[in-house]
Amino acid sequence: MASMVDATIEALAANLGIDYLDIDVNSVQLPPGEDVGIPSDDGDLYQEDDLELDTGFGNIIIVDNLPVVPCEKFEKLEGVIRKIYSQIGIIKENGLWMPVDPETQKTLGYCFIEYNTVQEAELAKEKTNTYKLDRSHIFAVSMFQDFDRFMKVPDQWAPPETKPYTPGENLQHWLTDEKARDQFVIRAGSDTEVFWNDARQLKPEPVYRRPFWTESFIQWSPLGTYLATVHRQGAQLWGGASTFNRLMRYAHPQVKLIDFSPAEKYLVTYSSHEPSNPRDPQRVVINIFDARMGKLMRDFKGSADDFTLGGTGGVTGVSWPIFRWGGGKDDKYFARMGKNVISVYETETFSLVDKKSLKVENVVDFSWSPTDPILSLYVPELGGGNQPARVTLVQIPGKEELRQKNLFSVSDCKMFWQSNGDYLAVKVDRYTKTKKSTYTGFELFRIKERDIPIEVLELDNKNDKIIAFAWEPKGHRFAVIHGDNPRPDISFYTMKSGNNTVRVSKLTTIKGKQANALFWSPGGKYIILAGLKNLNGQLEFYNVDELETMAATEHFMATDVEWDPTGRYVATVVSSVHHEMENGFNIWSFSGKLLYRILKDHFFQFSWRPRPPSFLSAEKEEEVAKNLKKYSKKYEAEDQDVSLQLSEQDREKRKMLKDEWDKWVSKWRQLHEKEKLERQKLRDGEVSDEEEEYEAKEVEVEELLDVSEEVLTDD
Amino acid sequence: MRPILMKGHERPLTFLKYNREGDLLFSCAKDHNPTVWFADNGERLGTYRGHNGAVWCCDVSRDSMRLITGSADQTVKLWNVQSGIPLFTFNFDSPARSVDFSVGDKLAVITTDPFMGVTSAIHVKRIASDPANQTAESALVIRGPQGRINRAVWGPLNNTIISAGEDSVIRIWDSETGKLLKTSDIEAGHKKAITSLAKSADGSHFLTGSHDKSAKLWDVRTLTLIKTYTTERPVNAVSMSPLLDHVVLGGGQDASAVTTTDHRAGKFEAKFYDKILQEEIGGVKGHFGPINALAFNPDGKSFSSGGEDGYVRLHHFDQDYFHIKI
Repeated sequence: MASMVDATIEALAANLGIDYLDIDVNSVQLPPGEDVGIPSDDGDLYQEDDLELDTGFGNIIIVDNLPVVPCEKFEKLEGVIRKIYSQIGIIKENGLWMPVDPETQKTLGYCFIEYNTVQEAELAKEKTNTYKLDRSHIFAVSMFQDFDRFMKVPDQWAPPETKPYTPGENLQHWLTDEKARDQFVIRAGSDTEVFWNDARQLKPEPVYRRPFWTESFIQWSPLGTYLATVHRQGAQLWGGASTFNRLMRYAHPQVKLIDFSPAEKYLVTYSSHEPSNPRDPQRVVINIFDARMGKLMRDFKGSADDFTLGGTGGVTGVSWPIFRWGGGKDDKYFARMGKNVISVYETETFSLVDKKSLKVENVVDFSWSPTDPILSLYVPELGGGNQPARVTLVQIPGKEELRQKNLFSVSDCKMFWQSNGDYLAVKVDRYTKTKKSTYTGFELFRIKERDIPIEVLELDNKNDKIIAFAWEPKGHRFAVIHGDNPRPDISFYTMKSGNNTVRVSKLTTIKGKQANALFWSPGGKYIILAGLKNLNGQLEFYNVDELETMAATEHFMATDVEWDPTGRYVATVVSSVHHEMENGFNIWSFSGKLLYRILKDHFFQFSWRPRPPSFLSAEKEEEVAKNLKKYSKKYEAEDQDVSLQLSEQDREKRKMLKDEWDKWVSKWRQLHEKEKLERQKLRDGEVSDEEEEYEAKEVEVEELLDVSEEVLTDD
Repeated sequence: MRPILMKGHERPLTFLKYNREGDLLFSCAKDHNPTVWFADNGERLGTYRGHNGAVWCCDVSRDSMRLITGSADQTVKLWNVQSGIPLFTFNFDSPARSVDFSVGDKLAVITTDPFMGVTSAIHVKRIASDPANQTAESALVIRGPQGRINRAVWGPLNNTIISAGEDSVIRIWDSETGKLLKTSDIEAGHKKAITSLAKSADGSHFLTGSHDKSAKLWDVRTLTLIKTYTTERPVNAVSMSPLLDHVVLGGGQDASAVTTTDHRAGKFEAKFYDKILQEEIGGVKGHFGPINALAFNPDGKSFSSGGEDGYVRLHHFDQDYFHIKI
């Protein structure tokens, strides 16, 4: 660099006929303000000063896309703008300036607003950007200090460099595994590891291992394409064909929770910050990213109070996910509950559907149908019972009410959707006449039938407490644990009785089971009745088609049960979150046969890698199920091969170990022989240490016993 | 067969030892009275009275005439097995943790605990054939390892002493000079305190049990790691069958944490492993506290376990046991 500058100076000097070596550089004085086109080294300093000045304008925003009005309407427009913006913060005196074209006497379609604080200005930008005044005037709000940045945008459009297309890795490569195995990830201690579940070999096969991969937890995306890790600086997604590469980073300082949209197009991240003043509410930031591009699509900021309505769970005070995704598999809508409103957003524009939220007085809970853009809302009783509680189904985006059901003397409601969105079960806790206790019933909605008929189901014993409820995935049955701990009953019901009568009917009741949780196989038909945690990990594998128990077993102190996405295997986990002993997991077959068992200290997390839904149509699946014998032949043969191979390997390994051991033993025997004489010497010539003597002496011992008895009688 | 439950101790068991013929079983416990039992039917023969503290360890001479016991009362005593009369008392300045007779019973190795500023030590004492000539003088004192030395035993031909303890390192010392000859490999070795050490019947290899939930098998001469047996609980006691290729591990969670959980959570089982394949064969339940001591009858047809619960359980194997195939 220096030599290059020297060379140019030399050339210039030669050009002007000056011997530049003679010149004392320090004697040269430039006229003030002249830098001969060379920026001074001190430039950085000046720029910093500029920056400080800039922040002085941080409290000013520019609102563009205002209507252009003549001077007679100026007052009115100014009033409207002032009204909008003074709701957000205090506008400074003379802080609203709407320039007027001196020639036409019309406004220029923009204005400046100066707030008292930077925060107010940011909030105003946040809240009113893309605000629709009317159809043709959608506000474009920007910060005044961003103005320079915008001015620097070159007038001439330069075509962006086209990068040559590099084909990405096949992110779903794991699905093409020849042995059709499933993957799972575990977190134990500081290590995070991904394994194949190689049930045939009765052991996991490692795929990828990385210490300190995440700083708090890990999460698969809903279709299994990505693995998300959570760090102090934000979240990261990992994936790839053969290993796990970083695919994308999402900056979000202090992120606490993450959530994917069901089709994994979007990633929602959440953080809350302790305020400096403990009396202030916590500040909450929620970002929604496009998962593949990593682009921030929309952010929501506010105090924790704005986000802490509704049920419990997740981080204290926040019911996570705050934004619940709905509308089937194309990630079209997401919604959140506010005070007396449900705000439904669409992902095309990331703004409210119809520009406004759905007003529902006192709504306390809502949930989406898993497949259709239908919301179910629950509003509790109001006015001391004058206004009944109600459950409402609302169609999005039309916001039409599809069905409503009024319920009386209700204490609480829980909504359970069946995974295909065919049925909705509402568990209703009602007060008894005395209002001293409650009893439970179910309202069952048949969503896919005309007019959405509702059925009421009451248990045989109305006073039974409901401990757990679960729909059969993709099916028409559900299971309920009811009764009193520690030995409640479990009942199975079906929504389809025979001979086409559309009535819910009971299949069976199993009496007195130590269970507190239900885990249906993802394919239905099988269910695990589990007594987790304080019930010591009792497990019962139950076939609901045949209504019979396949296996009753236990994984002592199990805390979690996870079916693999195909319903072939089940993992039961003892995580260190609940207690620090016997941490690890067991893998079972669907029928309750223990396949293998892994123990790991400080075991935190076990998670199967989800699979995307099958491409086969329902008819095709049925056909496969019918001809299962034909299809399974191939796999049975493979299974046999593997087990043969396995036993072969096993035998070889055992033989090797035996041989190795025999080598040790012969060596020892040799040494033992060699030392025999010396040992004799140490024992004063007493012979040998052979075993044969023992039996002979055993007899002697008995004699000795007799002798001692005689001694006693002598006494 | 139904185990024989031997009730005689009032405090947790610490050590069990069969005599060479396998007809007597000596037990030590935290009460002050080592006890001798008939190894066949579990009848109590007698106790050795004289210690004034927990008794940690004992050994019996090859001819079953002498018993040596090490106690927390800072003494090691020699006893007449038959009469129960104390023959001699070695006094130390800290509790004695382990004792072991050499081949020929002319020497004994004794370890003492670190206590009130005194570091742990390994002492070698000469044992006179006539107790009248017995002196307290040490033939050799070795100091060096940090923390308690839980066990020290004689190597082949009394040429070496093998020690293991809280610092999780196994050391082999020259029994003449006290020079350190070998230490166990840090990588291969135990990760936590070693609690127990048992030699094979022919003294060619030995097994160590550790709080790191594993037991390891070592060559006595080269200190090479041969096998590792992993379990789910800290190991307090180990033993090897003299008859079959089986090892037994006993243990359980820390005694201090026992009362806080379900008794089943403790896993107070004596676990049998195949010595060569390192695979678990089975377990013997019964104690309701951690197992502190294990010993095989020299004929390999019975074994006994001593627990924190104060019981000794004597198990005679069923016929099936001798035909286990895995």
